Amino acid sequence: MTDPRSPRSDRSRWNWVLLPAIVVPLIPALFNHEEPRLFGVPLFYWLQLAFLVISVSATLIVYRVTRR
Amino acid sequence: MNEHITEIVIFTALFLLVSGMGFVAARWRRADDLASLNEWGLGGRNFGSWITWFLVGGDLYTAYTFVAVPALLFGAGATGFFAVPYTVITYPLVMLVLIRLWSVSHVHGLVTPADFVRVRFGSPTLALLVAITGIVATMPYIALQLIGIEAVLKTMGVTGDLPLIIAFAILAAYTYQSGLRAPALIAFVKDILIYVVILVAVIYIPAKLGGFGSIFDAADAKFAQTPAPGDGTLLNANNQLQYITLALGSAMALFLYPHSVTGVLASRSRDVIKRNMSALPAYSLLLGLIALLGYMAIAAGITPIGTDVNTVVPQLFDQMFPDWFTGVAFAAIGIGALVPAAIMSIAAANLFTRNIYKEYIRRDATDAQEARVSKLTSLVVKVGAVLCILLIDPQFSIDLQLIGGVIILQTLPSVALGLFTRWFHRVGLIAGWTAGMTAGMVLLYNIANPANNHAHFGGSAFPLSKLGFDTPMTVYAGFLALIVNLAVAALATVIARRLGSSEGVDGTRARDYTADAGDPEVKDDVELAGST
Repeated sequence: MTDPRSPRSDRSRWNWVLLPAIVVPLIPALFNHEEPRLFGVPLFYWLQLAFLVISVSATLIVYRVTRR
Repeated sequence: MNEHITEIVIFTALFLLVSGMGFVAARWRRADDLASLNEWGLGGRNFGSWITWFLVGGDLYTAYTFVAVPALLFGAGATGFFAVPYTVITYPLVMLVLIRLWSVSHVHGLVTPADFVRVRFGSPTLALLVAITGIVATMPYIALQLIGIEAVLKTMGVTGDLPLIIAFAILAAYTYQSGLRAPALIAFVKDILIYVVILVAVIYIPAKLGGFGSIFDAADAKFAQTPAPGDGTLLNANNQLQYITLALGSAMALFLYPHSVTGVLASRSRDVIKRNMSALPAYSLLLGLIALLGYMAIAAGITPIGTDVNTVVPQLFDQMFPDWFTGVAFAAIGIGALVPAAIMSIAAANLFTRNIYKEYIRRDATDAQEARVSKLTSLVVKVGAVLCILLIDPQFSIDLQLIGGVIILQTLPSVALGLFTRWFHRVGLIAGWTAGMTAGMVLLYNIANPANNHAHFGGSAFPLSKLGFDTPMTVYAGFLALIVNLAVAALATVIARRLGSSEGVDGTRARDYTADAGDPEVKDDVELAGST
């Protein structure tokens, strides 16, 4: 256990990996297309679900790196 | 005899099983007594990763969501899919915010977001505004959970108000007795049922309908026939801005809702929260799959019962699944309504108790009195929700919930930004809140919806042309209101400082925001301190 009196901070360069996870899913030009389809599902639907991978990876990295 | 008898029997059996669990939950992870808000309202503040995952997941992804999101896709297509980017970006967005909220709340024994505002800005008035906003935004949300149950009952041919009243009476009774432990325990059953039902649904139904290709073709064909310009299986140039501002605005609003905060504060440590930020997206994947049920309903030729599009998913299940599995699916939706309804009523009751009763009515209230007031308030809140649905047009609750999202967003400067900076002046925040609320109401009032003959409050997509821009584009009204809020808050802050207005006492220290379980400040059994 760390000394509770030592200054602790949430600041970390790794926090920046959260940024693309927030920005990328908000760019319609990336996903607002019909083709290519995946198992018959248009790009619009499967790519937006695939963005979950970025979100999960980013939060996982920050959790791992900043874990006590 | 009712042709849905198998479904009704299975639905009722599962519902009763879960209700029994709700009553037994009082003894789960046993506390010495439930006579404090830490125990009744936050389950002892000691939930680990798994319980938190089920609890928060069961809390955020409600029965109404599971019924209404596919209904949106059924009706309008791609625009309804905003729920996916919304729930994808929310976790990376709020991760660093929530751990600070957890820390400061555990050091100071805070129960609600308004509690934090009270300590941080030394302003009972601002705390009251945040509390009232939270209560007003939560109430219609509870009422909407009833709509989820109602849609299922309608499909099973069960009519009349009595079944709904009984269901909510049972819910009220075990929430009263067990507090947050009840929804935490029930969430296990609810979520497992939902996961099973949806995984079966997204494999079994497309197989019966000839694959996803033909499902999307059917949806395309349907939207091509309608006169509405905004629908379709892709976005068009005019609704893209609305799509992303709605996703971003909703993502920012999600963890400002008091019931979300309740789930977060009930967790044991910061690590539990961080780990959940990468585990909760599993529910978002589920939500994305559920959304596609709307297109499956189109391909299966489902038509809503009356004008209630919320019945399309229950009807799809009814048509596709064997009776016994339809019963399981309906139970999943019905039980899915109970978990969030319980947590929301607890959160609203805590707001009333901590920020109105204790602040303005009885300042020297003991822990036991606080718990008692909260328990009674949770009953009142649920009776109010039932009356809302039975006496007033359910559309009114849907409109109110739409407004709820816009107004809860107006607490962002005080709560979320307040966790990082004390720059804003309390007078500035009050001015910003007032301006944001006013702007939000005016914008929503001016949104018409020809589809359901609403001249006002017809949706959240505000046409920019009404502001004088020469464009058919729309934008999320809550997003515009938040910009107004921030601008006024900043301006009023500068003015208040110039005039030398009192800043109020900040009861927090920098290290409070990074404290973690095991630190001396963070007691296992937190004393519910007044705002010091």
